Amino acid sequence: MNINKMPEREERLRSVFSEIKEESTPKVDSFSRSLRAFIVGGSICVAAQVFRGYVENYFDETEAGIYTTIMLIFVTAVLTSIGVFDKIGRFAGAGSYVPITGFANSIVSSAIEFRSEGMIFGVGALMFKVAGPVIVSGIVSSWLVGIIYFFMNFKR
Amino acid sequence: MLIEYFKVLLVGGLLCVIAQLIVDHTKVVSAQILVIYVVAGVLLTSMGLYEPIVKYGQSGATVPLTGFGYALAKGTFEAIDEQGFIGIFSGGLSATACGVCAAIGFGFLASLVSKPKAKV
Repeated sequence: MNINKMPEREERLRSVFSEIKEESTPKVDSFSRSLRAFIVGGSICVAAQVFRGYVENYFDETEAGIYTTIMLIFVTAVLTSIGVFDKIGRFAGAGSYVPITGFANSIVSSAIEFRSEGMIFGVGALMFKVAGPVIVSGIVSSWLVGIIYFFMNFKR
Repeated sequence: MLIEYFKVLLVGGLLCVIAQLIVDHTKVVSAQILVIYVVAGVLLTSMGLYEPIVKYGQSGATVPLTGFGYALAKGTFEAIDEQGFIGIFSGGLSATACGVCAAIGFGFLASLVSKPKAKV
């Protein structure tokens, strides 16, 4: 293969790709996308609330919250494994990735996807490819406000 | 009883709609929205503005990613109150440990049992 032809080939590939992308992107207006996000995202929260109300019969409030989170993540992991979550995600947009389900899905789907690159360099290293920034930014910001909070309360 | 669930639907749904509108109308992509939401949750909690939302919307406020930020910040503050300086470092992760560990654990298991879709 002529190496000088590569940029040309790439250019062509790019244009073909953008055409395909254009065709396969569903033509849905912003309003109905928002409506879908509202319904699915809201429903996930309601389901969590129902589950939480049930669990609160047996555990205290904090524990019930933790069980609810674990349940949501477990269900997401199962749905992601069998490929159903992708479909929900395509329909719901932000409704699926803003709740904790999206966080779980990004970890589980990365783990599955990069399994082929091995246990250490695939699953181990790339599991947090999407969710990593969320954790890092969350920890850093809460750590910083923690420092401020500490010195505001304990300075005297 | 039903009105409680309606509040949950309203708060949770609106948080998703805001994210969807930002993604649709700006250059921000979904991965960035997640980061913005978590940081927003931390900051709003620090200013005492998120606690009322949690009171009103319950799971509608704790399940979206702003709730993750809320748990991080609240955990940090509570740990500082109890343990002092060490709490700055231990609070956030302790409060969210179950969720993170569940995601890692189930993600690991899923990678063992599930095959990735054939790459084209």
